[in-house]
Amino acid sequence: MVKLDEIQLRLLREVADLHKVPEGAYNIRSNGTSAGRASTANIEIIPKENGSGLDIRIKPGTKKESVHIPVVMTQSGLTEVVYNDFHIGEDADVIIVAGCGIDNCGPKDSQHDGIHRFFVGKNAKIKYVEKHYGSGDGSGKRILNPVTEVYQEEGSTVEMEMVQIKGVDDTVRTTTAKLSAGAKLVVRERLMTHGSQRAISTYVVELNGDGSSADVVSRSVARDDSYQKFDAKLVGSAACSGHTECDSIIMDNGRILAVPGLEANSVDAALVHEAAIGKIAGDQIIKLMTLGLTEQEAEEQIINGFLK
Amino acid sequence: MLELQHISFQVEDEGSDKEIIRDVSLSVPDGKLVVITGPNGGGKSTLARLIAGIEKPTEGRILLNGEDITEMSVTDRARRGIGFAFQQPVRFKGIQVFDLIRLAKGKDTKMVDACEYLSAVGLCARDYINREVNASLSGGELKRIEIATVLARGTALSIFDEPEAGIDLWSFQNLIEVFEGMRENIRGGSILIISHQERILSIADEIIVIKDGQVTGQGSRDEILPKLIGTTMAMKACRMAPGEREAARG
Repeated sequence: MVKLDEIQLRLLREVADLHKVPEGAYNIRSNGTSAGRASTANIEIIPKENGSGLDIRIKPGTKKESVHIPVVMTQSGLTEVVYNDFHIGEDADVIIVAGCGIDNCGPKDSQHDGIHRFFVGKNAKIKYVEKHYGSGDGSGKRILNPVTEVYQEEGSTVEMEMVQIKGVDDTVRTTTAKLSAGAKLVVRERLMTHGSQRAISTYVVELNGDGSSADVVSRSVARDDSYQKFDAKLVGSAACSGHTECDSIIMDNGRILAVPGLEANSVDAALVHEAAIGKIAGDQIIKLMTLGLTEQEAEEQIINGFLK
Repeated sequence: MLELQHISFQVEDEGSDKEIIRDVSLSVPDGKLVVITGPNGGGKSTLARLIAGIEKPTEGRILLNGEDITEMSVTDRARRGIGFAFQQPVRFKGIQVFDLIRLAKGKDTKMVDACEYLSAVGLCARDYINREVNASLSGGELKRIEIATVLARGTALSIFDEPEAGIDLWSFQNLIEVFEGMRENIRGGSILIISHQERILSIADEIIVIKDGQVTGQGSRDEILPKLIGTTMAMKACRMAPGEREAARG
């Protein structure tokens, strides 16, 4: 494995909770090249022939295994597009941890666009965790534009946790999912923007099979002069159930646009959306102040809890 | 000891000043349980909020152990030993019961200690400690957690604004025991409860009656309580409907 420097190791800790080389299958991508890779008997990580990304093949029936594919960038001005395809065999039950950390101390923009496709076999179950993190005080921006495409076969379950709390200047996140009968998708997105950051998150979830269900929930905080857009669309074309929720706190001069969309093409589709945007309630701050916290400490606690 | 000296509080109401509290002077001595009662809208809760610093008086001074705290923030008063249980407790998305108790008690609070405060207010700690303090909790549950946060703080002056509001009969019984327990362990501290429940008034050392923003009565329980019995200022905890009474008997 290529030796990583302190900053790269810190980024790895932030995005993948990795303190050492992970157990199981992994690929660590650092400044555009692989800094280490391992496959297991059940999980194979194969670089694509044209070098544009990885094919990750998980054998049917693989249980209790994990795949880590974190990306770290410390080179200012690096721009990359990576295509990773996950083929998850029937009845598998695995955890996939992705995530990208960018440290940009230079004047040029650093950008990582990860395009992840998940082909989830019948009755397979995956938990996918994706964390984004930016650091460095260069004038160059830290840009992440993840595209996630999910194709779920019958009876499969996909649980996604998307987290972006700090330091990413510009994000356009696009997530699409197509669900067959009995498939279930759960998305939990947590986002905080500050400074003059911009974050756009778009979901299109197609519920195509009877008994399929989706639950897409975003909790976000927009501080300073940042801007967020949450655009979640559910399309129900069978006897399915879907729920989207955008729950946001705005502070300072933050701005948030929530665009919930529901499209029912079947009389048996049950779709619900909820959206709420507002500042921190004054009585929440006062309650914590009566416990001895300052106003700023109270705000931090409320936000930490909200994004937990 | 807490002292209020000539406290007045005005708010603007449809262009004219409305006086909610008028020249109130009173004291809550150390080691005493003092209950403030009076008719609804008389200014009791406002007085409690003035003491906690949530509202600032238009006139008068508030002294805590001789120190003038009139201009102090809610935070500074809390740090000087004032605890406050809201009449309508606040909900927080994502913050768990344990988080709240830890904020009240301190970073090093152990799970087992936090559980004790919940048990003290009649909640099965195991079921609640990891619950979010959000809309999934009932009004009564929330109220008990609110009281637990004040117990956890163990402040020199603990203020409870209508602790019985929104609490069912069984919990109310429990609540009385909580206050009795607090009172036993009061040492140099003091407790101020805003309430018009006879059961709470009957455990008071002193009772203060507030009506139309003014103190209309002040003295020991034995002196004041008999005058209040039968009025809305000293209500019975529960009046069961005849059907329920029979069911309870059967």
